[in-house]
Amino acid sequence: MGKALEVHIKKRAGSFQLSCDLETDFQGTFGMLGASGCGKSMTLRCIAGLLTPDEGSIVYRGRVLYDSKRKICVTPQERHVGYLFQNYALFPTMTVEKNLESALLSPRNRGMSGREKKRKIQDAAALLRIDDLMAHRPHQLSGGQQQRVALARIVLSDPDLLLLDEPFSALDSYLRTSLQTEFSDFLKALSRDAVLVTHDRDEAYRLCPEMAIMDRGRVAVCGTREDVFANPGTRAAAAVSGCKNFSRAEKKGPGMLRATDWAMDLYVQEEIPEDIAFIGLRAHNLHGIRAEDAVHAVDQGRNVVEIRGATITQTPFSVSVVFPAGSSQIRWEIDRSAWRKEYMEGQCLPEVLEIDPGGIMCLRD
Amino acid sequence: MIVDWFPLWNSLRIALISGVIVFFLGILAANWIARLPGAVRAVADVVLTLPLVLPPTVCGYLLLLVFGVKRPLGALLASIGVKIVMNWWGGVLASVVVAFPLMYRTCRGAFHSFDETLAQAGQTLGLGNTWIFWHVKLPACRQGILAGFVLAFARALGEYGATSMLIGYTPGRTATISTTVYQLWRTNDEKGALMWVCMNLLISAVVLLCVSFLEGGQKKQRRETHGEGA
Repeated sequence: MGKALEVHIKKRAGSFQLSCDLETDFQGTFGMLGASGCGKSMTLRCIAGLLTPDEGSIVYRGRVLYDSKRKICVTPQERHVGYLFQNYALFPTMTVEKNLESALLSPRNRGMSGREKKRKIQDAAALLRIDDLMAHRPHQLSGGQQQRVALARIVLSDPDLLLLDEPFSALDSYLRTSLQTEFSDFLKALSRDAVLVTHDRDEAYRLCPEMAIMDRGRVAVCGTREDVFANPGTRAAAAVSGCKNFSRAEKKGPGMLRATDWAMDLYVQEEIPEDIAFIGLRAHNLHGIRAEDAVHAVDQGRNVVEIRGATITQTPFSVSVVFPAGSSQIRWEIDRSAWRKEYMEGQCLPEVLEIDPGGIMCLRD
Repeated sequence: MIVDWFPLWNSLRIALISGVIVFFLGILAANWIARLPGAVRAVADVVLTLPLVLPPTVCGYLLLLVFGVKRPLGALLASIGVKIVMNWWGGVLASVVVAFPLMYRTCRGAFHSFDETLAQAGQTLGLGNTWIFWHVKLPACRQGILAGFVLAFARALGEYGATSMLIGYTPGRTATISTTVYQLWRTNDEKGALMWVCMNLLISAVVLLCVSFLEGGQKKQRRETHGEGA
């Protein structure tokens, strides 16, 4: 028995090479996180059948959607996927009501009575609270309203799998968080599989228990969100997941590596892979210790760094302390409340920082 | 003075029939060719646009080469009673050939600026490609298509070169407004020529007024519905 979603495809587009290998047994919403141009939207389009890969196979819950060897390529109409486009793609010349009706015109709904269609449309409109927008045209609606209409239209088409392409990127940032919560409830209520593509790590973390990070046309890492954020695989994937500190690194021996940019040796608890090229250190995985404890810490195999020549920048909810390390620098981020309580608004900045155990991520290029 | 109104009637029927034919041909060709692979598309594009840049007399000559009664195809058609040359429906053929590129080019432009995600959305909703074409793509491109139709109709109405080569000038049978103007002027009937010139001006003005009325109506409608939503 295969996994829920198996994607093994290659596709060339100009100088870009997509080479996506993904197998996941996800439940609910699966996330695909990556910087723009990493191939995540392209992969989504291939799953929907809007793009045809050069070769490979796509299998969703045992149903072969595409297989170049067996010459199978199911049309988008027959894949039974709902695709939420970045711009929502509502038919501009139709009212909201006509847009919703169009979703019931597919052969799947042939034979449905007019009354039943009407009832379904009313139900979907009520579910997404667009009842009072039915006579409007898409260009009269706000971005959030357009998204709800597009979702209602998808719900009516009754897809097995929802494909969501950056659903929040066209919305104002202050709307985003509340809409994401709403969206998450909506997906739960619908209890359908969904694949969500995004470049926003918070969005991916909030909505997707399982996810993959894509980097330059490949899947860098795939797993539960906790595993993915703890070990993103490549440097670029780690950057997408929000890691801010990187140094080139070489393996020195078991449990020991050299961070060349930072000019320091570091102890690592987990096994160091042979192909390590970088290490990543999240700006939150540091804490201050007293200078007299530092020697002791080193003896115990803990990693410490000295702060010297720090620059402090502040944002509403956190404080960043940036200090030079070797030929590079390290950024340390502290919550406002901790900054106030433990460091007296920066009055007593520690001289030495300890890197949290397990805080160092070994990364490939 | 007794005026023979036949040229008006003949011109209008030729322009209307060829306009309708070109309307559908242009839309279908534009849609079909946009999906061809690059090199084939470029060649097809050149062939279909050629009548726009060729002198209409050259088009007429080429049409005579194909449909002349002594040519294979022309002879074949004549044997089943369809004689294109020197008949008014030959004028339809000439107008279609000359007006087609205008409709085709304008539609290509309109389709090119069409947002393909709309069609893709339709596909993922399970809607057939033909339905999407007629209910989503065409309405979204209606302004460009309308403009193309008006241009093609006006061109068909004023067609002279290919028409006169193919169907000549026979009063009461093949005479159109433009061939009549030439014929009357040639035979020193200044007054008659001027009358038909004025007739032509009138028709053109009416067509243009219709267009601006249609466009204005559309804009107004859009503004109103927009104001309501805002």
